[in-house]
Amino acid sequence: MSPEKLLYAKTHEWVSLENDGAARIATVGVSAFAVAALTDLVFMQLPPVGRQLSAGESFGEIESVKAVSDLYSPVDGEVVEVNQDLPNHLETLNTDPYGAGWLVRVRLTSEDSLRGLMDYATYQRQCDEEAH
Amino acid sequence: MDASLAKTPLFSWHAAHGGRMVDFAGWGMPVQYGSIVAEHQGVRTGVGLFDVSHMGRLAISGPLAGKLLETTLTRATADLGSGQIRYSLVTNGAGGILDDILAGRLPSGGDEWDELEGASHLLVVNASNREKIFRWLEAQAAAIERTAGSEVRVIDRTLDLAMIAVQGPKGVALVQSLAEMPQGGDPATMRYYHAAFGRVAGHAALISRTGYTGEDGFELIVPAASALPVWERLLASDPAAMACGLGCRDTLRMEAGMPLYGHELSESISPLDAGLDFAVNLEGREFPGADVLRKQRGAGLDRVRVGLELAGKRVPREQFPVLAGGETVGQVTSGTFSPTLDRPIAMAYVQPQVSQPGQELSVEIRGQEAAAKVVKLPFYKRPKAKA
Repeated sequence: MSPEKLLYAKTHEWVSLENDGAARIATVGVSAFAVAALTDLVFMQLPPVGRQLSAGESFGEIESVKAVSDLYSPVDGEVVEVNQDLPNHLETLNTDPYGAGWLVRVRLTSEDSLRGLMDYATYQRQCDEEAH
Repeated sequence: MDASLAKTPLFSWHAAHGGRMVDFAGWGMPVQYGSIVAEHQGVRTGVGLFDVSHMGRLAISGPLAGKLLETTLTRATADLGSGQIRYSLVTNGAGGILDDILAGRLPSGGDEWDELEGASHLLVVNASNREKIFRWLEAQAAAIERTAGSEVRVIDRTLDLAMIAVQGPKGVALVQSLAEMPQGGDPATMRYYHAAFGRVAGHAALISRTGYTGEDGFELIVPAASALPVWERLLASDPAAMACGLGCRDTLRMEAGMPLYGHELSESISPLDAGLDFAVNLEGREFPGADVLRKQRGAGLDRVRVGLELAGKRVPREQFPVLAGGETVGQVTSGTFSPTLDRPIAMAYVQPQVSQPGQELSVEIRGQEAAAKVVKLPFYKRPKAKA
């Protein structure tokens, strides 16, 4: 997936939207910027299929040698698919954060939370500020 | 970066070479340049360079310098030979640890060093405790002067000097290749915990066979203005040489089972709690807290510093509870993911009855119990050098 076409949360998760019949499905991942900032990943915990998420809620954790960070849901919805292989292949987050490194797919129950997300250019500005 | 942070003479180099700069005890220091694990492995297999200029360097001079150390430190220093160094604690009147330090008697040959003029001893103290220890030593010195009527001076030389740690199996050869020693001396034959004045890359250096990584190597103390040229020559002189940040310094010292002030050591922990009996000489000596430590040695300990190895990948962190049969029996003081052992490790204080190696315990990690086992420290011991 092209990072320029994704939406981003302040907490560095990305969102890709697609339609599945009447439903809207959000694929959620973490940005390359966040992966680079974390470095040396050792552990990841993802939620089970069926879990209801609210935007801003912690739905998992990602741990590096140095520290543990929460993963925050950028959307409201129900987890319909989880990238089960990812916790055993955390290096995928470095090599393909916007593709094979996806975390969960969520069937949206509301689109309100999408309004709080940023486009690529706005997110890049946030990263530039955080890097300094 | 907060502009008020102190900067070592290598600060600009770090920032220009991808160092991720953080506030460490009021200093802007690189936590890593790239991957902490890669830097860690660089030290275990090659040689890593660390800027440790933030650590405090206190020079002691005057006829009573030896007496000041002898009446302040937990460990005997009166018998230190020229250039010899010892690890010691500084304790308060209650036997709590004010700092852990290296105390050395300076070797001969330092006459050209204005920074150490007249000094007979040098203490290397933690950055976070530098001012506290300086004031403590000054107060101790004033008390000695009142009774003995002679002089002892403590001068904080931290900003005049820089310090570079060269650590790893290729560290000795690297320093050897750039060092000139008096009387044809050779850094490779220097004994552990000994220092000598010499030159490294043409710059005056106090070359010390010490470190905080569990590997062989040196710590080089140089005048502040020499730090950058010495650092760059070291890096350029071996393709295996790697600049390393404080992140891997922590994972390395953890594997080596070495305590860190503010984690395993504090004013509410005694050297005996911390398992540092080797650095406490009580016989015929008086220093602050000595009586308390004598009593504690007789009565036994309430808590013991242990190493824990964990199953799984989740990392125990400072303050996480240690449990036995659902009951809290201790607390984690440092935890990390060990790159060498490829598993989470921790140091913790636990009740004595559950402190034996092999004891099965668990650590509560964010509400879930992770199985842990007490193991003997250190977690990692470097392979013996080939004869």
